Amino acid sequence: MDSDRIDRIIDRHQGEPSSLIQILLDIQGENHWLPREALERVGERLQVPISRIQHIATFYKAFSLVPKGRHEVHICMGTACHVRGARRILDTAQDLTGIKPGETDLEMKFSLETVNCLGCCALGPVMEIDGKTHGKLSPAGTLDVLKSYE
Amino acid sequence: MGRLKSPGEVTKFRQEILSKRDSNTPCISVCVGTGCLASGASEVLAAFKTEIAKQGLNAEVDTKGTGCPGFCERGPVVVIYPEEICYLQVTPGDVPEIITRTIKEKKVVDRLLYVDPNSGEKVTHESEIPFYKHQKRNVIGNNIKIDSQSIDDYLAVGGYSALVKALTQMTDEQVLAEVKKSNLRGRGGGGFPAGRKWEGSRKAPEKIKYVLVNADEGDPGAFMDRALLEGNPHSVLEGLVIGAYAVGSHQGYVYVRQEYPLAVKNINLAIQQAEEYGFLGENILGTGFDFTVKVHKGAGAFVCGESTALMTALEGRVGEPRPKYIRSNIRGLWNRPTVLNNVETWANVPLIIDKGADWFTRLGTEGSKGTKIFSLVGKITNTGLVEVPMGITLKDIIYKIGGGIPGGKKFKAVQTGGPSGGCIPGELLDLPVDFDELTKAGSMMGSGGMIVMDEDTCMVDVARYFIHFLTDESCGKCLPCREGLRQMDRILTHITEGKGKEGDIAILEELSETAVEASLCALGKTAPNPFLSTIRYFRDEYEAHIKEKRCPALSCKALISYYIDPDKCQACMICLKKCPVEAIDGGKKKIHIINQEKCTRCGTCIEVCPTRFGAVKKISGEPVPSPIPEEERMIDRKVKKNE
Repeated sequence: MDSDRIDRIIDRHQGEPSSLIQILLDIQGENHWLPREALERVGERLQVPISRIQHIATFYKAFSLVPKGRHEVHICMGTACHVRGARRILDTAQDLTGIKPGETDLEMKFSLETVNCLGCCALGPVMEIDGKTHGKLSPAGTLDVLKSYE
Repeated sequence: MGRLKSPGEVTKFRQEILSKRDSNTPCISVCVGTGCLASGASEVLAAFKTEIAKQGLNAEVDTKGTGCPGFCERGPVVVIYPEEICYLQVTPGDVPEIITRTIKEKKVVDRLLYVDPNSGEKVTHESEIPFYKHQKRNVIGNNIKIDSQSIDDYLAVGGYSALVKALTQMTDEQVLAEVKKSNLRGRGGGGFPAGRKWEGSRKAPEKIKYVLVNADEGDPGAFMDRALLEGNPHSVLEGLVIGAYAVGSHQGYVYVRQEYPLAVKNINLAIQQAEEYGFLGENILGTGFDFTVKVHKGAGAFVCGESTALMTALEGRVGEPRPKYIRSNIRGLWNRPTVLNNVETWANVPLIIDKGADWFTRLGTEGSKGTKIFSLVGKITNTGLVEVPMGITLKDIIYKIGGGIPGGKKFKAVQTGGPSGGCIPGELLDLPVDFDELTKAGSMMGSGGMIVMDEDTCMVDVARYFIHFLTDESCGKCLPCREGLRQMDRILTHITEGKGKEGDIAILEELSETAVEASLCALGKTAPNPFLSTIRYFRDEYEAHIKEKRCPALSCKALISYYIDPDKCQACMICLKKCPVEAIDGGKKKIHIINQEKCTRCGTCIEVCPTRFGAVKKISGEPVPSPIPEEERMIDRKVKKNE
């Protein structure tokens, strides 16, 4: 991520230190993860120590300090999905991809994450891949969906 | 459109909008809330637009993408006005027929109507569907009537008239008095009277004050605030401006989770429109009152729903709570008086001002007035958002509105109040829904999540699930929450894995007591609730796990086994082919046997086994019967034997 793009994001928030989280969210949104240089640039522009930025980047769930795979798989572990068997969906996805939540496979194909409620409880259990929702899943259905991604 | 500078201009403009609209023009409303979008609502809306253009009906038919009307179970939901015909589970393929039959020929497409499961009768109108009939939709009712991105639509249904009334016909003190009189209690969880909170801030000596919308709806299984913010953002804004006027604040913030992208988009759009029209900004409606609002996206931390943590996050720091020796309505955001109310609370304010506190208090119980929106989810026939008067019984919500438990299963418990709430068993289903009654039963109102559980749900696992969730979300600032919950999570996990020991329950009780007493914020103080309420009502399930290594609900993976009954197996090969780990041995006409070593207990076999065979069984607390001898596995032999 080049520093021009980072600067543009910072300028959008008028460079106030209180907007730190909003700036990081925008960088995460555009770049899908927060590279070290980006954090340093933000710290320099906002006059905020890097330790505070790290504190925030590791505290909130929206941020990732490592690059993400081509497909972001979010498995809903909300209560409604949980009672409808979300654990089995997660187990199936873990077995197929060989990765655990928070990880990315070596080919950079999938990144797996669990989320606490996507709010489509009528469709539970739900898995979201790159923003597309797949609902009413069974373990077998989960395999079919995941195998359809390149 | 320039800024409206006086109440007269608002009235005139509203009339202009209404005069341009013919109430007899058919309007097709498609819910484009998150739930219906996930079921394909945007394709349906696009198909309507294409079909209308194709049939040359552009001038005669309107289409609208609206907010969530709540009936997510049957999405995408389509309502056609003025007749109010409600079609459910509409696909793009149904669209040409709807246009031809309903719009042109004024006939109803029968197969898309709701069918009453008891009488088998078809229901044409939205308000007659049992799911809606027993509700009282004061707050969420407008969602399906307005385009969620149009301020004109909001004005057309009478929007911003409460703001006009508050700013021009009432003093700030009168507004406050009215809200106090209504006894509106916070819809976000605590149930603190909004009027008293406002009054505290108003009286605080500091000049600069803030009003905030808490839209950091983190409870899994709860999505009513999202539905309001996505579907009718102006109603929340209108409430906020009225509150700001009563409190004497000129700056507001909406703290909304970034996980709700559509809500973020719609509230930003609403703010922009309200500024353009003069409902926000300087000198609102020529009254001299100034007020601006900014949106702050939450970066994903459950604890930020807690008032003081939310304020720290808003200041651009890590969202950790602080002790509340001084309440945040006196010293909150940037140490200034700050009123924080939940989305639904703010959305109630315009109704109270418009119709009066007396109207509002007509509904509800002694201590809890008005209506409450619940998200009814889990093992329930009609998943969705329901708005009911306070005081309705849980039974009415679950059976009359929710349609009971699907699949002929037995009801076990309903979990209310989010992760820090509790489970209410079947014998208490006549409990009226009210802030105080739910607390007495060991649960709480919370933000309004209502998760229904049936006989297949293990209550120990539910407690483990919530404690695990809260362990994960604990910010780590204070010890009883950070370490205590971790230990509780560990012990509960052991119990569900069959490694529980005598004395575990006593340790869990002790850890709970410490967390309740000594945690810094509400997250920690209420975190043991899922355990405390399940041990109160379902102690026998805990004991079965610990003493007999048995899961009565047949749900805990480590304690169950799948087994194929050789007398029932028809050797049809379905489970054998579907098993993801090839743990099933057998062949054509050869009775199938599950290799217990290989089996991952995913449950696929039981799901795919044809119900007329019902050969796959789940067992717990007893050994798996040893497989039948190899020579007896051929089905031909069995048929002969049966003859």
